[in-house]
Amino acid sequence: MIVPNRETLRQFAAVQWQKLRRQFDDLDALRQRLDYQTYFLAACALAASLALGVGDLITKGAIERRQAEDLRATLGQVLPEALYDNDVLANPQWIPSRGEETGLDRTEIFVARKGGEVTAVAFRMLAQGGYAGALTLMLGVDRDGKILGVRVISHAETPGLGDKVETSKSGWILGFDGRSLGNTPAQGWRVKKDGGDFDQFAGATITPRAVVKGVEGGLKFFERHRQELLGATD
Amino acid sequence: MSESLSKIAKEGLWSNNIVFSQSIALCPLLAVTGTTANGLGMGLATTAVLMVCNLLISYARRLIPPEIRIPVFVALIAMVVTLVDMAMNAWLHELHKVLGLFIPLIVTNCAILGRAEAYASRKPPVYALFDGLMMGLGFTLALVVLGAAREVTGSGTLFANASLLLGQGFAWLETTVVPEYRGFLLMALPPGGFLMLGFILAGKRMLDKRLARVPAGAAALERPLAENL
Repeated sequence: MIVPNRETLRQFAAVQWQKLRRQFDDLDALRQRLDYQTYFLAACALAASLALGVGDLITKGAIERRQAEDLRATLGQVLPEALYDNDVLANPQWIPSRGEETGLDRTEIFVARKGGEVTAVAFRMLAQGGYAGALTLMLGVDRDGKILGVRVISHAETPGLGDKVETSKSGWILGFDGRSLGNTPAQGWRVKKDGGDFDQFAGATITPRAVVKGVEGGLKFFERHRQELLGATD
Repeated sequence: MSESLSKIAKEGLWSNNIVFSQSIALCPLLAVTGTTANGLGMGLATTAVLMVCNLLISYARRLIPPEIRIPVFVALIAMVVTLVDMAMNAWLHELHKVLGLFIPLIVTNCAILGRAEAYASRKPPVYALFDGLMMGLGFTLALVVLGAAREVTGSGTLFANASLLLGQGFAWLETTVVPEYRGFLLMALPPGGFLMLGFILAGKRMLDKRLARVPAGAAALERPLAENL
């Protein structure tokens, strides 16, 4: 085995470094070379990926905390605080729901408990058929299948028309509170224009129609999984 | 470098303004100017991206071979925009919720690639940085002016939700210009943005014309004097 002399190694490295340095003396010639261009582009890509990796590491924790805060705020709106004494966010349940009304492959269920007993659940779902794609809803339902609250979390509806489903724009969405499949017949789960119980907005029927249909679907989903959800233990 | 900083400032803010003169970057412009606060936020984010990109490209300008400059610029811009997106999501979360959809779109803002190509790749870093600042502020100006015009005509308010962007200290900015306003939907929609932009461009042209007339007269008066000297 050849044991390289440390001094020779150092000299070799110095010579190579000098060679590399000299190439950068004439930048105009260097820029023309194909191998330099290849290496330069590769170095740029590497540096960019490295910067993004570091950026992700730094911001990841903060972003997750902010998103958890958002979720907690929305949950607080659809689950009255008096109903639970557990940390609703801590142990979400996942229910496989491919092809069901929530529009998701797996639905994340947040379970509210008081004294160990399930009092209500909340889940996110997609309401299909909005004017600009699906709307994401958060639905809070109590033990008996009665709606505690509905909120639209995200949507791309027309500002000034369809965005009245937001609580900051109008109180329309509060009209669902207290409704259930029991106290509102199937005919009622429509906008007034279609012979149902819920107002449409002036100039925008598609958005409320999608939300009403979505909420009804959410309740049907809850009924189907009721036993499973209410029997849920930690 | 004979170019003076005041000339760069004048070009960025007025005579070569990204929106008013170059008429580019209209997609983000029309998308976010429904309210003044959104416009301001988008403008500041774009300014930050523009400054960082200009600075980096200017430093590396002698190393970048012209044959591969476009992919290098694009990689750099995409990197900076993604970093800004992540940083805003982490530390300016409320604003990110409002602008989130539009931040990644800064990548496609041709003004940034345009400045990299036309200015930063030819000038030293200090000038490129200053150019980025001024072009960004010019863009912010356009966004704020258009946002204010659309917000006042569309919903009768000014700087609504500004406290989300600037913090509670700026809640006083939020004013209702026209009380009991019923709202004029067209102005909140993209066509309203186009209309309003047209009016603003026409106004700028008129102002430019009026300004040009005065110095021309003054110059004519001074010429004989200069010849005498």
